[in-house]
Amino acid sequence: MSVVDDSRRADTDTGVKANAAADKGNEAPAKPRTAAVETPFQRFIATFFESAIATGALVVLTLIVLLAVFAPFFVPQNPYDLGQVDIMDSRQPPGGESLTGYTFWLGSDGAGRDLFSAILYGLRISLAVGVMSGLIAMVIGTAVGLTAAYAGGRVESLIMRIVDLQLSFPAILVALMLVTVLGKGIDKIMIALVTVQWAYYARTVRGTALVERQKEYVEAARCLGLSHARVVFSHIMPNCLAPLIVVVTVQTAHAIALEATLSFLGVGLPQTEPSLGLLISNGFEYMLSQKYWISFFPGIALLVTIVAINLVGDRLRDVLNPRLDR
Amino acid sequence: MTAFIIRRLLQSVGVVLVMSVIVFFGVNVVGDPVDMLVNPEADQAEIDRVIKSLGLDQPIHVQYYYFIVNALRGDLGTSFIFGEPALQLIVQRMPATLELAVVALLMAIIIGIPLGLYAGLKPDALSSKFIMSGSILGFSLPTFWVGLMMMMVFAVILGWLPTTGRGELGTFLGIRSSVFTLDGLSHVALPALNLALLKISLVIRLARAGTREAIHQDYIKFARAKGLSSSRIVFVHLLKNILIPVVTVLGLEFGSLIAFSVVTEFIFAWPGMGKLLIDSIQQLDRPVIVAYLIIIVLMFVVINLIVDILYSMLDPRVRLGEASP
Repeated sequence: MSVVDDSRRADTDTGVKANAAADKGNEAPAKPRTAAVETPFQRFIATFFESAIATGALVVLTLIVLLAVFAPFFVPQNPYDLGQVDIMDSRQPPGGESLTGYTFWLGSDGAGRDLFSAILYGLRISLAVGVMSGLIAMVIGTAVGLTAAYAGGRVESLIMRIVDLQLSFPAILVALMLVTVLGKGIDKIMIALVTVQWAYYARTVRGTALVERQKEYVEAARCLGLSHARVVFSHIMPNCLAPLIVVVTVQTAHAIALEATLSFLGVGLPQTEPSLGLLISNGFEYMLSQKYWISFFPGIALLVTIVAINLVGDRLRDVLNPRLDR
Repeated sequence: MTAFIIRRLLQSVGVVLVMSVIVFFGVNVVGDPVDMLVNPEADQAEIDRVIKSLGLDQPIHVQYYYFIVNALRGDLGTSFIFGEPALQLIVQRMPATLELAVVALLMAIIIGIPLGLYAGLKPDALSSKFIMSGSILGFSLPTFWVGLMMMMVFAVILGWLPTTGRGELGTFLGIRSSVFTLDGLSHVALPALNLALLKISLVIRLARAGTREAIHQDYIKFARAKGLSSSRIVFVHLLKNILIPVVTVLGLEFGSLIAFSVVTEFIFAWPGMGKLLIDSIQQLDRPVIVAYLIIIVLMFVVINLIVDILYSMLDPRVRLGEASP
């Protein structure tokens, strides 16, 4: 752990020097601390890959993302092109054959779609919604958290009141309330996910930024007469990134699970945007007649994705060692 | 202490007011109030009557005033589907939800504490590692999918347990609940286990951490030195001390059990508030939706208030910190 702490400190130190140098108009380039030393980033990468589980999870996650992104190029069937789907093929068990002689390795669903193709298409939507809303929430949460920490006083206590208030309600409840009021749709579910998540980012960033604000490099930057915006965004923010990265991974996994849950309940995405949650939901009605595969395989895809993201996030937390007060 | 409670109470009232504004504007401004609150099958005369009775022809602040006054009277509209007052419908279904949440809570304690205790006492055993990986999985698994799979295995394939409903209700000490009949118990087992899964994982982690910490304390060493049997040390001295944080956290988590019961109730067709909400959303029964949202906000505000007050009793720093800003 001490290694990690040192690397963080080194990061901050060089950051100060680099900033100071840049601000003085490049009088003297920042001197490297020692001659033959890996950068903090290299050390971070090396530490990350020391864990076999985390490495495996990262490989799986990369594979999943690649599969999802390039799905249209290699899936056997476009599951939403009506010309390629035949209702006569519906509810084929895994390994069953379609009328055109093609094998459904994971079976087919109630409309005769190949489940393997449908899962990859669903993964695209689930990942896109999760990652997009995670990133938007991060931008909003970071801006709000930084503002709270830097402004202090009434602004800070008002913002943190709102954050605390929101976090006192479970995420699923807030999301349910929003989608009931807003209605279905990909944009609406993203609004709901962002609203649920920004508070986590805001709290984490504020916590770190409060510590950073006390440091000398901030004082130095302010003495140089830099604008508030510049101090906040180019000096304080880069030093708050470590805990933020961890929260991003955890919250993205959360967002994907939450979207799946809402879609499963029939209040998330519409049938025209079939995410994994909707696929599982569609299989629900066939489950009582023992046609398990329609719900089972999309669930496995969802599970593997979430577990992989969480394992990577866990490792990042260990390596970056931020003091997360969650 | 009294000042603290009063301040917290005022804050809670503030929260309820803010939430009522959000719900009100959500329904009346973002959505079309006529569309939201009038039965879609109503004719023009009916629509006019409802518009008048809801005061929708009035300016917005007057509308909000009516909304609050009606809510305080307990009038949150009438369900389109059931033709009964929305509030009454929800209150009728509340016991089923509470029952599910309480059974899940008990399950979390009964299953989680022994497993956590074991994992804490023998941290290097293979079975402990198995328990701990299981608890990590418990955090990552999507609850609704696990519920489906549990139903698939235990109800559909094995046929041991029923798939839906609440079963026969028994009465004990004036409380009607399915836990008092065998049939009811078989109905409640799967949904409650599904709901409890996340909390079991949580309790395992808390109990393990507590055990690992307590085992090196002086009182345990002293009990050993006195020559007490190891079962007495574990079940009397150790257990008592690890229970405190576990019970505190579970108290906090009770609210989230009620929130998550929406998912479980939907899967197992459990006739509680959450099932009613999803049904109402699908059937566009808007008065019930609005009533649910208001009731659940009230419930959470009350739960948070109780937790805050209990906390301030347990930890004086909380209220002292409040007093000196």
